[in-house]
Amino acid sequence: MECVLGISCNDFVILASDMTNAHSILVNKQDEDKMFKLSDRLLMAVTGESGDTTQFAEYIEKNIQLYKMRNGYELSPPAAANFTRRNLADSLRSRSPYMVNFLLAGYSERTGPELYWMDYLASMIKTPFATHGYGGMFSIGIMDRYYRPDLTEEEAYDILKKCVAEIQKRLIINLPNFQVKVLDKNGIRALNVIKSQNLTA
Amino acid sequence: MARRYDTRTTIFSPEGRLYQVEYAMEAIGHAGTCLGILASDGIVLAAERRNTNKLLDEVFFSEKIYQLNADMVCSVAGITSDANVLTNELRLISQRYLLQYGESIPCEQLVSWLCDVKQAYTQYGGKRPFGVSLLYAGWDHQYGFQLYQSDPSGNYGGWKATCIGNNSAAAVSMLKQEYKEGETKIDDALALAIRVMSKTMDATKLTPDKLELATLTRHDNKTYIKVLPVAQVKTLIADHEKKEAAEAAKSKPSTAS
Repeated sequence: MECVLGISCNDFVILASDMTNAHSILVNKQDEDKMFKLSDRLLMAVTGESGDTTQFAEYIEKNIQLYKMRNGYELSPPAAANFTRRNLADSLRSRSPYMVNFLLAGYSERTGPELYWMDYLASMIKTPFATHGYGGMFSIGIMDRYYRPDLTEEEAYDILKKCVAEIQKRLIINLPNFQVKVLDKNGIRALNVIKSQNLTA
Repeated sequence: MARRYDTRTTIFSPEGRLYQVEYAMEAIGHAGTCLGILASDGIVLAAERRNTNKLLDEVFFSEKIYQLNADMVCSVAGITSDANVLTNELRLISQRYLLQYGESIPCEQLVSWLCDVKQAYTQYGGKRPFGVSLLYAGWDHQYGFQLYQSDPSGNYGGWKATCIGNNSAAAVSMLKQEYKEGETKIDDALALAIRVMSKTMDATKLTPDKLELATLTRHDNKTYIKVLPVAQVKTLIADHEKKEAAEAAKSKPSTAS
């Protein structure tokens, strides 16, 4: 039902997430922000069990901030990703595991831009592009077709637009709005929301 | 009068001192010397070996220098059994961090963590503090090569060159005069370490079996921790003695009679 998309290139990582919040057949809102800013250079787009998503994301966010306060410097993206995965893995065999799937985007001077795909079973891969959800299944083929590491921000945004167009054409569930954020050496920036109206061009 | 307050670690004396902590530091003052020197391309740790009894079966190849993780090494001065507990704890802390974050623990965080443990023994539990001071040498992405010293109180500091154990004050003042910041490479640091150790150690003559030397360097994005083999220590000592002899000859011009 929910969908998140991510593309990592030489100079930036771009994430897109749908903005629909629904319970069973009822749509609560169409402008939900599913992306969590863990730090100035870490962005997480989360899907999954309602409530678990916010709890888990905020827990990670606060721990990342605590590390920064304690030590005076931030966790690198690979360290933050490993930390997040470790927490997910520990919760897996507890009484009530977190049911969350997400994409973690990070940027640091040392590593450059990175994208991590993680699911509710605490698997993790670092990858140039990734998706979650049914919508993601339509999109991953499009990313395969058009991805290049040296894409510009506009080109990457266009690929995301193609993906969203496909999702809106073929997925039975209506996902009219997709929020897009970019992470690069200057931090996190929001780009224009991809709306179904804008795509009929 | 002050004796009344010695019995518990958790009690201040009327003058505002923690006697147990001070007594621990006193114990360390009698232990074998350890010194550390920060060079621009690495770190040198030197330690005086006290257990040179011929009957000792050489099980561990290093008595006072312990590797903590891929990027850090430490040397200890004080009660050996206490030191073993602390180095084991340091290794555990390192691996827990590695498990959580997938990368090596930054040097200061490891030192800081252990010092919090040491501090706890000065405030609650009714147990005595650890009779160990440690010198930590390590490398991390954040600050590069670093040298830290910690003591039984749980205080720690970052140093360019320092010494703990027997005659440490004399060694530190020697280092203060002779250490050249920014101009010291590993080989200079090794030579300086030998020079200082020869002055501060009990023995009249430096021999390789009384001295442990270790270096920490980086090549190709990897940290290399080396405990110098006996042959190399022998060479370094010989070089030092040659230089000493040369300087002695210079300062005493032969009196032509």
